[in-house]
Amino acid sequence: MNAAAIYEVGGVLLVSITSDITDSDIIELQEMLSNRIAQSETRGVVVDISALEIVDTFVGRVLAQLTAIARLLDAETYVVGMRPAVAMTLVELGMYLPDNHTALTLDHALEKMRNAGLTDGLPRGA
Amino acid sequence: MTEKVLENTLEALKEDAEGILREWIDQADEDGAKRSDLFSEKEERDQAASMLRAFRLGVRDTSREGDFDLRDEHWADLRGILAEVTHERVERGVLPGEMAAFVLALKTPLFGRLTEKLKGQPDRLIEEVLVVSKAIDAFALYTNEIFIAEREQIIERQRDEMLELSTPVVELWDKVLTLPLIGTLDSLRAQEVMESLLQAIVERQAEVVIVDITGVKTVDTQVAQHLLRTAAAVRLMGARCIISGISPKIAQTMVELGVDVGEVRTRSSIKNALTDALTSVGVAIRSIEDSPRTRK
Repeated sequence: MNAAAIYEVGGVLLVSITSDITDSDIIELQEMLSNRIAQSETRGVVVDISALEIVDTFVGRVLAQLTAIARLLDAETYVVGMRPAVAMTLVELGMYLPDNHTALTLDHALEKMRNAGLTDGLPRGA
Repeated sequence: MTEKVLENTLEALKEDAEGILREWIDQADEDGAKRSDLFSEKEERDQAASMLRAFRLGVRDTSREGDFDLRDEHWADLRGILAEVTHERVERGVLPGEMAAFVLALKTPLFGRLTEKLKGQPDRLIEEVLVVSKAIDAFALYTNEIFIAEREQIIERQRDEMLELSTPVVELWDKVLTLPLIGTLDSLRAQEVMESLLQAIVERQAEVVIVDITGVKTVDTQVAQHLLRTAAAVRLMGARCIISGISPKIAQTMVELGVDVGEVRTRSSIKNALTDALTSVGVAIRSIEDSPRTRK
């Protein structure tokens, strides 16, 4: 797979999605990610979609599904780097992704996760 | 139809243009379509004279061709003059109805002359009166169209100006943006507002956004829907949205309409919203006496 990559950073799984991801890539990613979450016993997943320029209902649904799967495996999902146009499209499509956490950038997400105790390190200031 | 539709009209116009003009203006005066408070006698006369001249030219060409259509080439002159006169009259505050009545008053002198000319031929009289009547009615309608077109232009321009004016996104503090909404929120504006807000979130790396609706006159289901959509999009971007400036009245309406704001935070005043926003980015506003810096 080259349309998306999964990295493990500080006890968090970072999923980076590239712009030309196809529907089958996404299905594959879903499969891979659930295995990785189970294996690594991670509690936080960050999905970086800053490269994603076009979304449709399918991508929106898969994002919601990833979150639901991760939650079943005891991990919280943060979606970061959503572009304004993408956010507007998702809202137009009525996909508010209510279960996803969101953050502006990867930095923000990591800090939020640190504060929530989802990373390896101690919460900042603790 | 006859080969020369407006023959007698044309003849009458040729013979006694002055008389027709005078009677026309008198008739307009009688009908209350003359605004001597806005136009001098001479202006009124000049306008009417130029219209009548163009009318005669149009009639001449029409009577040659046989059928009447205001969009024809030979009415271009009259159309231009009508547009010009209407424009001038609108600027001075003449009502559309008065302008139309003024044009329609031309019927009286023309019909009077046609009746004279075609005394023995009622068939032809009716025929010709019908055509003249149709033509003059079309002119009156045309002046009305010009009125409407001018109004539309003004409305269009003002709406564009309003759109540009109405979506300033202000940075209140690091990572805190505010968007004061004023006026009405229709779909077009809501779209514009959402776009500039989301763009500003990216540019300023904002974490909290306050949408202040103090200046929004009414909130109906549609406006509420737009607000909630904006809040949802802001959340998707990874920022938090606070809606402030909800007056007691608007709160009541929203509940009556069954609007559910869900998880979106609402505050009654921008003051409360600001406190809330600053707290969440780790900043507080304190009075100077409490501040450790001034203590010695």
